[in-house]
Amino acid sequence: MYQHTRLTTNRFTFFQKFRNFDYVLLFCILLLGFISLATMYSTDGGEVLFHTRSHFTKFIVFILMMLIISFINIKYWFALGYLSYLVIIGLLIGTYFFGITSSGSQRWINLYFINLQPSELMKVFIILCLAKYFHRMKIENVNSVYTILTSLIIIILPMGLVIVQPDLGTSVLIAISGIAVLWFAGVNHKYFIYTLLGFVISLPFIIAFLKPYQKLRVLTFLNPDRDPLGAGYQIIQSKIAVGSGGLFGKGFLKGTQSYLEFLPEKHTDFIFTLFSEEFGFVGSVILLLIYAVIIYRIVAIGASCRSYFAKIFCYSFGAAIFVFITINMSMVLGLLPIVGSPLPIMSYGGSSMLATMIGFGIVMSARVHNQQLIA
Amino acid sequence: MINSSSDNVKKLNSINRRMFITGSFKFFIMVGIVSRLFFLQVKENKKYLTLSDKNRIREWKLAPVRGEFHDYFGNVIAGNFEAYQLHVIPEQVDDFRYVIYRIKDLLELSDKEFKKVLKKKNQIKPWETLIVSDNLSWQKFSKINNHLYDLNGVKPVISISRNYPFKENFTHLIGYVSQANQNDIETTESIKKNFVPGLKVGKVGLEKTFEKELIGTNDIERYEVNAYGRRISQLEFQKGKKGKTLRLTIDTEVQKLANDLLKEKAGSICVMDIYTGAIVAMHSSPSFDPNLFVFGISQDEWQLIRNDPMKPLVNKTLQGNYSPGSTIKPIVALSALENGIINTNFTVKCTGKTEMYGQTYHCWKKKGHGYVSLRNAMKQSCDTYFYEIARKLGVDKLSATAKKFGLGEKVFGDLFEIEKKGLIPNTQWKKNALGKGWLLGETIITGIGQGYIQTTPIQLCLMTAQIANGGHKIYPYLVVGDDKKDQPIDKYMPLYENSKNIKIVKDAMFGSTNEVMGTSYRSRIDDPKYQFAGKTGTAQVKKITEEERELELKTFEIPYEQRDHALYVAFGPYKNPRYALSIIVEHGGNGSTTAAPMAKKLFKLIIDRHKIRQSMDDKRYLEI
Repeated sequence: MYQHTRLTTNRFTFFQKFRNFDYVLLFCILLLGFISLATMYSTDGGEVLFHTRSHFTKFIVFILMMLIISFINIKYWFALGYLSYLVIIGLLIGTYFFGITSSGSQRWINLYFINLQPSELMKVFIILCLAKYFHRMKIENVNSVYTILTSLIIIILPMGLVIVQPDLGTSVLIAISGIAVLWFAGVNHKYFIYTLLGFVISLPFIIAFLKPYQKLRVLTFLNPDRDPLGAGYQIIQSKIAVGSGGLFGKGFLKGTQSYLEFLPEKHTDFIFTLFSEEFGFVGSVILLLIYAVIIYRIVAIGASCRSYFAKIFCYSFGAAIFVFITINMSMVLGLLPIVGSPLPIMSYGGSSMLATMIGFGIVMSARVHNQQLIA
Repeated sequence: MINSSSDNVKKLNSINRRMFITGSFKFFIMVGIVSRLFFLQVKENKKYLTLSDKNRIREWKLAPVRGEFHDYFGNVIAGNFEAYQLHVIPEQVDDFRYVIYRIKDLLELSDKEFKKVLKKKNQIKPWETLIVSDNLSWQKFSKINNHLYDLNGVKPVISISRNYPFKENFTHLIGYVSQANQNDIETTESIKKNFVPGLKVGKVGLEKTFEKELIGTNDIERYEVNAYGRRISQLEFQKGKKGKTLRLTIDTEVQKLANDLLKEKAGSICVMDIYTGAIVAMHSSPSFDPNLFVFGISQDEWQLIRNDPMKPLVNKTLQGNYSPGSTIKPIVALSALENGIINTNFTVKCTGKTEMYGQTYHCWKKKGHGYVSLRNAMKQSCDTYFYEIARKLGVDKLSATAKKFGLGEKVFGDLFEIEKKGLIPNTQWKKNALGKGWLLGETIITGIGQGYIQTTPIQLCLMTAQIANGGHKIYPYLVVGDDKKDQPIDKYMPLYENSKNIKIVKDAMFGSTNEVMGTSYRSRIDDPKYQFAGKTGTAQVKKITEEERELELKTFEIPYEQRDHALYVAFGPYKNPRYALSIIVEHGGNGSTTAAPMAKKLFKLIIDRHKIRQSMDDKRYLEI
């Protein structure tokens, strides 16, 4: 009997893969997709225009991609860990030389069928790479200088390539993804505390090295009324939109702030503002709950996995997704300075959705193949 | 293997512990975000809702409808008319160049006007209204309407604008409106409050004085706008109030006659009710068409008005400081009587000239009048007689009486900011103003209204009215109803010591007009219904040299600006006086030949219209 179970779980029949699926997670992702489409429809002014159509296509393509990824055994994803990281590093270098410039930043690379933003993908693939790196490592070696230096190089290399684009926000998010892996891998908590302290102490010096527009963002965050029609405009209008939503919101397609174009970047970074204006506190909390369930499921999947790699990937990815959501929301609610960071799935943008879906796919694969051991 | 498995256990313990730490961390941050949402959306909701409305709702004020001016009989003398305008909203036009050139052709705009329009277009935002033309003729307006099919985004608009139907008749009285400038907005609260671009406000005259009452309140349109200020939809329309309509005491017929009489001349006519102080007519000539200013006067027209030697921009009735000449004589006589200097029997021998204090003073009649009493002296306007009584009276007593009768003071108080005070000199004044002592010779010429003394036509009219009503103080007014509010306590108070003296002066004025030898005898009306009494005046504008006196030049032989001013003051009907008037014709020559005949025509009309005027009154005149 025992033998039999071992065998079947190792073989992972197609039918069984379906049975192993985390339908709650899938449902939540689909629900989120639906909400994001509705919100996108609202940003288009209640019509199915370019953004809605494009978002819909991307969502469908990428969710299918996620399903395909989840059917591929987790051990193959383990195997691809370093290679995929290097490919993306290559793409980032390619972006540096042949990238497409838009609004003052060279972030995109033309891959003939898609304009890809490799930095977005790096947010996920750095987790994959580091998870593989720590998978076989003995606990005593985790805190060795060699290990920490190597992993720091793995993190700093893409960060540097993204900073020069320039795109400080994404590079910080990449760092956070990487650091999440280090945390779960068991790097001594003292290092985190020292790094944090060092960061806080060196903050004034960092600010001194920031570009003028970045400095402006920090200053604006500290006091949005400094320049209400200039740098402070986005955050003031965003807060007005959210605040005026009230308990139940202004109603679907009735968000005056976005409809009358007071909201900047409403398709991308500020999509939550629009949602919050139209659906109010109740809607926003429901959206947060959906995200919470997704993250909970990711962590739960991690807990159910037998392989250390899958565990570390799921935990780190869950933490990273959580940080992405938190940073985006804190930003639009005026709790953090404005850094370019999309809201996963909700925001318009192919690369971000692709990266998130790949992440979900690998998590789902870990779930489907949760008994898979990786040597 | 044991080693590796214990390592595995350690790793798992570590990762699970950290997973739980992270989990609780996540929980707290989630709570933080939810509380931030709660703070913004529930606690501060009202504040942000207000801000959001402030964002999306914008008010547009429309120009208020200005109150009208009516004359005493309800005729509109400053009203509103529908101006045909052409508006273009540049962003609604597909091909602005094409449309604007098409309009240029249709309206036959000159290059200068066309450039102005293009300049205006560059100053406004593309969704704001460009006023291509603010006052089109009906022909052009209909022409545009016929071509609308190919003028996308062009809007023919009917807008309310000021209109003065009687053109130059009321210009100095009512003034005119024109586009408000920065100064108007800063100094006048009501303009500031109701300001919209293109608002027209009173610039002079009563239009300016009563700005607050006339301006009305804006119509307000509330629109939902987007972040760029473009209107999305109208939410509300709030109708404003039209400004107050002011009814004046003026009789347009009399005013028109005054205008006709002074055509081609420079001067002033004012007519006043002697009991109420209601102004029946008040005209200054030459005048100009105030409609020219409503849409902005052209440079050429402005230069024409500004450089006219007869000074149309000056309101001579209120701003003209003239020597009163012989029209001051009733006051001199009254002052002498009141102060007991003379009585009716006092006579002076006039030989045509008299020498006093080493100076020769001439009477206007070279041969002299012989022995003249007060009545005769007034009748024939004998200068010698008045030299003598002025000398006896002294300038200080004379100026006291003159001031009592309203000379040297603003007649309308604050009503017109341009009004001049005139000047009634006395010894104190000269010491203060010129730092010199008064000379007796100056008293003598003051007695015939020359020298320092200066009066405005409206003051002379008031003076005459107060003599005519038996010597009672009145306060002239222009807006119906103004006589009923805050009445000064000295209203109707007697200005005389002895009412007999007033009667003597009035009788002398009667003689001057209605008896043979009287200076205005030729302008008399015998019908007692129209019969009036008056006093002529001829004011010198320069000192006459002895040689000129010998030449005895006729008026037309003297250069225009050196000719005497012709004056006339009168009241009528004599039996039961009701109206007083003053006439001044600048450089008109002689009071009796130029000014007095105008009085004849005026009295005919004024008295004919008295019945109609009375029928308009809801209340009988106060009888004294």
